[in-house]
Amino acid sequence: MSITSYNGSALIAMVGKDCFAIASDRRLGVNFQTIACDFQRIFKIHDTLYIGLSGLATDVQTMHQRLQFRHKLYQLREERNMRPETFASLVSAILYEKRFGPYFCEPIIAGLNEDGTPFICTTDLIGAKQLSKDFVVSGTASESLYGACESMYKPDLGPDELFEVISQALLSSVDRDCISGWGGIVHVV
Amino acid sequence: MGDSQYSFSLTTFSPSGKLVQIEYALMAVGAGQTSLGIKASNGVVIATEKKLPSILVDEASINKIQSLTPNIGVVYSGMGPDSRVLVRKSRKQAQTYQRLYQEPIPLSQLVRETAAVMQEFTQSGGVRPFGVSLLVAGFDDNGPQLYQVDPSGSYFSWKASAIGKNVSNAKTFLEKRYTDDMELEDAIHTAILTLKEGFEGQISGKNIEIGIIDDKRIFKVLTPAEVDDYLAEVE
Repeated sequence: MSITSYNGSALIAMVGKDCFAIASDRRLGVNFQTIACDFQRIFKIHDTLYIGLSGLATDVQTMHQRLQFRHKLYQLREERNMRPETFASLVSAILYEKRFGPYFCEPIIAGLNEDGTPFICTTDLIGAKQLSKDFVVSGTASESLYGACESMYKPDLGPDELFEVISQALLSSVDRDCISGWGGIVHVV
Repeated sequence: MGDSQYSFSLTTFSPSGKLVQIEYALMAVGAGQTSLGIKASNGVVIATEKKLPSILVDEASINKIQSLTPNIGVVYSGMGPDSRVLVRKSRKQAQTYQRLYQEPIPLSQLVRETAAVMQEFTQSGGVRPFGVSLLVAGFDDNGPQLYQVDPSGSYFSWKASAIGKNVSNAKTFLEKRYTDDMELEDAIHTAILTLKEGFEGQISGKNIEIGIIDDKRIFKVLTPAEVDDYLAEVE
């Protein structure tokens, strides 16, 4: 079994009107056995910046710890929160440091810029950034997530409608993937 | 640099609690040519005397004011070669930040890191403190800023400051002339007048250097011709 599908995951982030939503499944599995239904994949970096990490669960947790460490130091030194683009560049740099022995996770970064405009992006496991204006997906269910988002997404949705759209896209996609699912969580900012 | 075989510092406390090497370094700074900086509401100006040891020296090849990034410039008083080492290190630190975060380094962060380097050299084995004080000027998201960094590694943000020879006269002059709502053009004139105060000989575009940064956030050193134009305005 591939190392990135050892634990199973599904993540989406979507852009709305002056808001964003980020959602993930809750399953933690070991190959085909489910061992937890409350696994946290989305982490808050600060009030308007969230990161979701798909892939190998141990790397999800380690990456989160490393990024939280870096952000806290940044906050103390610069006396301000990191902007989403800056954070995305930092994630990319940290992943590329391990170019020849990478973290097996593919992050999704979602945040609000200082002027309130939403920002989302994803990177591959070695740090190639991919900005997007509408939605980004990650995880073992990514193929069906792309399909669901493409058909359900509309631009400039308000927070409530965005919640509905992202939840439906997540739930319908994870149903087609046996190693992700078992619940979902959505953060709308 | 710091890879010496000495494992003990050469800078040690005196009985009165002073680090004498740093005091001496400050004296080296105080013997250097005057430099000053003024922060205006819409920019910063830094200036220095450029007295050459002989008329045979090609003054166009001497650049006392240098840029650390496109929006940060620096001038020194004291030992020129020491300042070149610091400029080199600071530029590298600025670029490392840029590479990591893909955005320009805030001035206060660069000053902090440069000051940390200067402090290292007061505590590491087998090295001496830098014999320069720096005036760092820049314009970033927090507006125009002017910092002074001393050989000890302490740094201060100033509205206007002078370093080197004749510092007390220059600072008194600046205290009288400085206003909070000064614009960049006024600041440049004030800087020239302050330099003129303690200048021996005829001041011209060839024996002073002026660097400015305005709200377009590009640091530039004025050409001798531009300096002469400002000198004419001041007359």
